Parts: sequence; C-alpha cells; structure tokens
Amino acid sequence: MIVHLSVLQVIIPLMAAPACLLLRKRELVWAFATLATFLTFAVSVLLLSQVMQSGAISYEMGGWEAPWGIEYRIDMLNAPLLVLISGISAIALLAARTSIENEIPENRHSFFYIAWLLCMAGLLGITATGDAFNVFVFLEISSLATYTLIALGKDRRALWASFQYLVAGTIGATFILIGIGLMYVMTGTLNMADLAQRLPEVENTKTVFTAFAFFIVGVCMKLALFPLHLWLPNAYAFAPSIVTTFLAATATKVAVYVMIRFIFDVFGFEFSFTHFPLQEILMTLGIAGIFVASIVAIYQDNLKRMLAYSSVAQIGYLILGISFASQTGIMATLLHMLNHGLMKGALFLSMAAVVYRLGVANLSQMHGIASRMPLTMAAFLIGGLSLIGVPLTVGFISKWYLVSAALENGWWPVAAAILLGSLLSVIYIWRVIEVAYFKSVTESTPDVKEAPFSILIPLWILVLANLYFGIDTSLTVSVTQMAAADLFGGLR
Amino acid sequence: MNFLAPELMLQLTMLVPVLAIAGILLTGRSENVREAVSIIASLIVLALVIGLYQNFTAGVPVAVSWFEIMPGLSLSFRLEAMGMIFALVAGVLWLVTIFYAIGYMRSHHEQNQTRFYACFALAIGSVFGVAFASNLFTLFIFYEVLTLSTYPLVTHAGTPEAKKGGRTYLGILLGTSIAFFLFAILGTYFVAGTLEFTEGGVFPAGTSTAIGGALLVLFVFGVGKAAIMPFHRWLPAAMVAPTPVSALLHAVAVVKAGVFTLLKVGTFIFGLDFLNTLPTTDALLYLAGASVVIASLIAMRQDNLKKRLAYSTVSQLSYITAGMLLATEAGITGGAMHIAMHAFGKITLFFCAGAILVTLHKTNVSQLRGVGWQMPFTMIAFLIGTLSIIGLPPTGGAWSKWFLLSGALEADQVVIMGVLMLSSLLNIAYLLPIPVLAFFPPADGAARPAIKEAPLPSLLALSFTALMCLVLFVFPQPLYELAASITN
Repeated sequence: MIVHLSVLQVIIPLMAAPACLLLRKRELVWAFATLATFLTFAVSVLLLSQVMQSGAISYEMGGWEAPWGIEYRIDMLNAPLLVLISGISAIALLAARTSIENEIPENRHSFFYIAWLLCMAGLLGITATGDAFNVFVFLEISSLATYTLIALGKDRRALWASFQYLVAGTIGATFILIGIGLMYVMTGTLNMADLAQRLPEVENTKTVFTAFAFFIVGVCMKLALFPLHLWLPNAYAFAPSIVTTFLAATATKVAVYVMIRFIFDVFGFEFSFTHFPLQEILMTLGIAGIFVASIVAIYQDNLKRMLAYSSVAQIGYLILGISFASQTGIMATLLHMLNHGLMKGALFLSMAAVVYRLGVANLSQMHGIASRMPLTMAAFLIGGLSLIGVPLTVGFISKWYLVSAALENGWWPVAAAILLGSLLSVIYIWRVIEVAYFKSVTESTPDVKEAPFSILIPLWILVLANLYFGIDTSLTVSVTQMAAADLFGGLR
Repeated sequence: MNFLAPELMLQLTMLVPVLAIAGILLTGRSENVREAVSIIASLIVLALVIGLYQNFTAGVPVAVSWFEIMPGLSLSFRLEAMGMIFALVAGVLWLVTIFYAIGYMRSHHEQNQTRFYACFALAIGSVFGVAFASNLFTLFIFYEVLTLSTYPLVTHAGTPEAKKGGRTYLGILLGTSIAFFLFAILGTYFVAGTLEFTEGGVFPAGTSTAIGGALLVLFVFGVGKAAIMPFHRWLPAAMVAPTPVSALLHAVAVVKAGVFTLLKVGTFIFGLDFLNTLPTTDALLYLAGASVVIASLIAMRQDNLKKRLAYSTVSQLSYITAGMLLATEAGITGGAMHIAMHAFGKITLFFCAGAILVTLHKTNVSQLRGVGWQMPFTMIAFLIGTLSIIGLPPTGGAWSKWFLLSGALEADQVVIMGVLMLSSLLNIAYLLPIPVLAFFPPADGAARPAIKEAPLPSLLALSFTALMCLVLFVFPQPLYELAASITN
C-alpha cells in the first residue's frame, strides 16, 4: 500500500469522479467527494513526510522501468504543492455544499462534484508525474474539467468566460504539446530525468530552442503571466465562487510549478539562463504584471474580479522570483506559491460567503456590511493584510524572502518595486475595508445575516493557517529551502 | 507590583491593554462599567511601569523572547533606558487621558464610544510594544499596529472630512512605512545580518558609507510618524479626531513612537560613530532644521487652535530628529528628554483646546480673547504648557532644549543652534499670545462673563499635566539620569 502512495493520490479522485454518477442524492455525492478529497489530502501529507524523511520517491507505473514506462516522481519540489492542492480542495469542498446552493442549479450539483474531482485529479497528476507527455494529458484533464466548472456559473457571461478560457487554454496546451513533441523528436524520450540527461547533447540546435520557446509560452498562457492573462479575470469573476476559491489557490500554482520544473530540471539552469534571455524577459513581465494588474484591480467594483487582477499581480511576484535565477529567488517563489494559495483561498472563500448572502460581490452594495457579517469581513481583513504583506501573516514571509533575493542579486530598484507593489495592494484592499467597516449602512445595503457556519468554519481554517504559517515558518521555510537547494544542487 | 517577576511585568504592560479591550467590548452597554474597566486597566499599567522602573534603576536586566519567525527574526523585548522613558510617559499619560476623555466624550455626546475606548487601548498596548522592542522587526510590527489601530480613532466622527483626513493619515503612514521603512529594515538585515538593537550599532566595520547613508535617508523618511517634512501632512489631517486622541496619540504616543524609533535607529542600529561618517547625515540634519522653522511659520498662520498645535508638534518633533542626527551624546540625551518634556507640555495644550471646545464651543484662536476670565484654570494651564513648549523656566522644556543646544554646540552645528533659538522666538510669537489675550478684557467692552470651567475630570487631568511641567523643571534628575544612561 505504502509504495503505491504516489499514484494513489491521483487515482483516488480520478476513480471517485465516475463513482459519483452512481450515487443519486446530492448530499451523498457531496459527502463522497469530500471523503475522497480528504483521503487524497491524507495521502499527500504522508507523501510529504516520507519525502522529508527519506528523499525523493520514484514510482514506476505498471512496473515498467523509468525511461520506457511512466514514472511518478515525488520530491521536495512537488510534495508540498500536492499537499496545498488537496488541502485547499478539501477545505473548499467543506464549504461547497452550502455555497453552490444559490449559485448552481440543483440538477447540476452532481456534475459539479464530478468535474471538481477530475480537475483536482488533473492538477495532482501534473504535479506528481515525471513524464513530459503525462503532464500534457493531465493538463487537458484538468483544463476540460475547469471549463465545465466555470461554465456552471449562474451568470450567463460565465459561458462566455469559459469559452474565452477554452480558447486561450487550448492555444496554451497546443504550444506545450508542440514543445514536448519537438523535445521528443530530438531526444527520443519523454521521461523528464532522461530528457534532462539527453538535452545537453543537442542543446545548440534550433529545434531545441524552438521547443523551449513553445513550451514556456504555452505554460505562461496557462499560468496567466501578464500580458497573457486576459482569460483569467473573467473566468474568476463569473465562475461559481467556490470554484474560483479552488482555482485561484491552486491552478496557476501548478502551472508555475511546471515552469520551474522544466526551466531548472529538464532544460537546466545553464541552458535557460545563459543561452536564453529568460532572465530579462521574466523580470520585465513580472514587474509589469505586478504594476499593471494591481492598478487595474484598484478600479474594480466586482470584488471577485478585483481579487482576480490581484492574482495576476501575485503571479508577477512568482515569476519575478524565478527571474532572480538564484537559490533564494526560487525559494521565495516556492514559498509564495504556498502562501499565496492560503491567502487567495481565504479571500475568495470570504467572497463566496458574501455572494451566498448578497448574491453578488459588488462593492457598491456592501456599505457597512461588516456590521452585518462581522466574521466574514474580519476574515477578509486578515486575508487582505496577508496579501499586503503585514508582519505575522504569511504574506510578510513571502515578501521578506523576495526582497532578500532581490538584494542578494544587488537589484535594489527591483526590491523597491516589490515594496511599491505592496503599496498598491494596500490601496485596493483598504478601499474594501473602508466601505465595509466605515461606511454606515444605507438603504442599498441588503438586510442580511452572517454567513452560515458551513462556510465560516472552512474560511476561518484558512485564515488561521494564514496566521499560523506567518508565525511558525519552520515547516514552509525548511521545505522550500530544501527544494530550492535540490534544484540548484543538481547543477553545482 | 514588585512581587511579580520583571519579565512578567514587561509582558503584562503590553497585554493588560489588550485584555482591557475584551472588557470594554463586553461591558459596552453600561457606560460607567466600561469606563471603570479603562481606568482600572490604566491604573494597573501605571503600577506595572513604575514597578519596571524600580527594577530598572536597581539594575535588573529584563529581556523576553516570544517566538522566532525566521532565523534571526524574532519577536522579543528588552528593557533599556530610552524605552523606559517612553513607557513611563505613555503609562502616566494614558491614565490622565482616560480621565480627560470621560469628561470630554460625555459632554460632547460622541457616538461609538465603545469602539473609541477599545481602539484607544489597543493603540496604547502597541505603544508599549514599540517601547520595549529589542529589535527593529518587533518594533516595526507594533509600529504598524499603532497605525492601524489609530485609524478608526481619526475617522471617529464619520463625516466626509474625517474620512478624508483618515485617508491622508493612513496613506502617508502606511505608505512611508512600507515603501521606505520596511525597505530600510530589509537593507539593514541584508548588510548587517541582524536587526537586534546593539550598543554602538550593528553595521560591521568597513560598511560602505554610501549604503549606510542611503539607509539613513530611508529610515528618516520611512518613519513617517516622526513627521519630518515633506511627510508631515498626516499630522494636521489627523486633527479631525476627537481631542483626547489628538492629545494622547498625536501629541504623545504616535508621534513619539516615530521619533523614538529614529533615536533607537540612530543610537543602536547605526551607532553615533558610524552616523557621524555618513554623507547624508548633515543634509538630513538641515532638512530637520528646515522642518522646525517652516512648520513654525505655517503654525503662525493657522487660526484653528488644534491645527496650530499640530504644526507646532511637527516643528517640535524635528527637534528630536535633529537631536539624533547631531550624533552626539548630548543630542541623544536632549532628544530623549524632549520626548518626555514635549509630551507633558503639548498634551496640556491639547487638553485645554478640547476643554475650550466642549465648554465654550470655540475652535479658533481669534475667538479666544477674554476666555481666561471664564476658564481661568484652563488658561493658566495653557500658559504653563506654552512656556514648556517654548523652553522657558520654570518648566521642564527648558532642560531638554538646553541639552539639544549643547549637543549642537558639541557638534559644531552653528546653524542648528541658530534654528533652535529662532524656533523659540517663533514659538513665543504663535503660542504666547493665546493665553495672554485670553486674560485681556473681552472685546467691545462687554461685561466679564461668569466662570464656566471644563468638566471636572477633564479639568483635573489638565491641571495635573500642567503641574507636571513645573515638577519636571524642579526635579529633572531621574529623567536626566535615564536619558544620559542611553549612550553609556
């Protein structure tokens, strides 16, 4: 059993999804899906602890040895991400039953859970696999499931948003496939470790350069790097709130993970940063993304859309961390991936609570809402402070390491840019706080009650995680430090 | 309180105000109980601070560490002389202000008083955090809590004007702290490898003076609470707050947290020797000097009494900033003493301004002719406060100004000496006429109105602080000893 853990955590949700069809009642489906997700979560926690104790785990699918068969490889880089994906999914599912009551027609609830499980299986698969083509397969599984989830949104524009994402996502996936195909042509292998060994022999060919370019651009599309982010705000704004919670906290992180894996492990540091002007490109786009998206966020009335733009900005930070091309930089990116998952999870879940009561998440209808929904808005406040990077929250830890990495490279202006980016997030978060707390309740404020406990409890679990991992950083920092050291240890 | 371990006392000083918040929120329905909670909490805190002071003078070292967030970054506290001064000032004045506030808030029929007292307690708790912090990181956290917890107090009135003021307040304080202060902290950590307040500074020998100079600029502008120009605008904007807030927070706690931070950074992060070698020290010193004079000139043109006092505070804060930038022992001593002296003087003036507002509903200087006959105690207290701000005997302000002057002399900064002298003259010009005119006969020869003094709790409070200004002139010894021991 223990040896099959690496594959189990993908298999469980993948098998649970069709099984949902057999259960008719939606409460049963929900309970089953949640149970499966918690099982997956438990498996990924076990995996992480195993990796921390005894190093990377390699699993051969069907007993076929690595270069020929499909290899699943769990190491310090992807194990924490597996925990994040399954953890956020489990917590979000706790709230999902209540949250979708008002947002998804009742006859589609079963489909919702099925798509959710498939999406999660896809994300976990991308993360766990050690096979380049397998990445593409799982990418398609998760993407198709995501299009479905977004299209379930009540607003008719959800269909359009889903279609927009479908077009962008398909272009991205095609680019990725072209990249993988070209790599296969040149090396005759699809196993990542094997690719890493064989690529250096042919690295000075135009084909490999083209493969790299296609692959990176394709991934950037999926991770919504500015200016390829146009699909994201609509998708996040019109999807059912609980879906947004899950996607914002995990989906883009997985794409960033793929990028890191290929840049550092498959193509190698040498190739990516010396043969390719990757550093300049990523740094420019990262900083541009931080500023443009944050400024756009300031002008949004729909808070889900505002947080979506904030996500684009946060992706800028992640990419900036990669562009430092240093151990601290990668560590900061990995840390921020986990931390941002926690903060965006909390923020979007608080919006799910608002949407549950108000039907919308428009700031213009939230005057004095904090007096009606104190716990929800307190959660938003703490999540917002974490996003800004106030000490004692996870956001501060991320910012600290990001700025340290910038200073280590001697890039003082970049360090200043990171802090200025924080200032912009102060503006768009405080706008909400001012309206929710300091505007008096008017007639346009709907007469609502506090959100139900089925949403509040998962919400506060995430909020407390934001605080806990902001104070006790020993786990997150040591894990990401080891992962970053592994990535660089392979080279030096 | 000496039966408690000093470490416990130190932590309780910060925790009691936080606990008081719970009490205040729970008893919010009954005004008297709620105020009793505030008073009891502030009495306990005062007793704790005095207990700490006794321990401190006995030479007992007190240090507490809560937890380490990252290697080298911990939330920890240590008692030293400068923090002791700040804590004593805040401890004494909190109690006094609570009394004052009770009189003021009730006779002014303010709304949301529960929120007011709760935020007030949180602000004071974080002031003690700033005072006791043993490293820059801890100090930064409490500095930010102080900003956030005072925002609801500034916007207390809820009017559009209050909100606008609140936005300026938060924008400048939070903006400078993230863009400059945090940047400076990160830079310091990167260069020196530690943020611990250390005697003689943390920068290793041979640190580039260019980097040091740049960091100093970031610190001086980043600590927006010290209100050096051009980042002073939040302070006049904050005057939309109720008077007790302006009095304790914007004359004492918040602004003093700013200059206190600067003194700490100058003494224990840079160290006076390193500070002396930096290329930017002199430029910043002249900027502080310019702030002193320009703020005084602006103060002259303010007719609104609270605004005039606010600009006077901007000017006085730059005295302390300048004291740090002089980088001499007398400068630091003078700066630290001025924290206390200015606190008692300025809080008296604000108390008086608030008393005039609630009893006579007058806010402008031009309306104050003859009010001395109606409110004689208040205006005499105002006179004493004025003398202390100017720095004239027999008030405490004379001493701190003396040390600042001798610090300037030691550093051969004739310009700064001139600035300090000029500023005293300007102070006389814009403050002294107020109490003097108040005792002129009312205009147009009307009959003297009957005595109508401020509410009794408020009157007691402002008499006490005025008295303290005089006491500090006669017995400055304990304060001087504390301040002088900072650099030894």
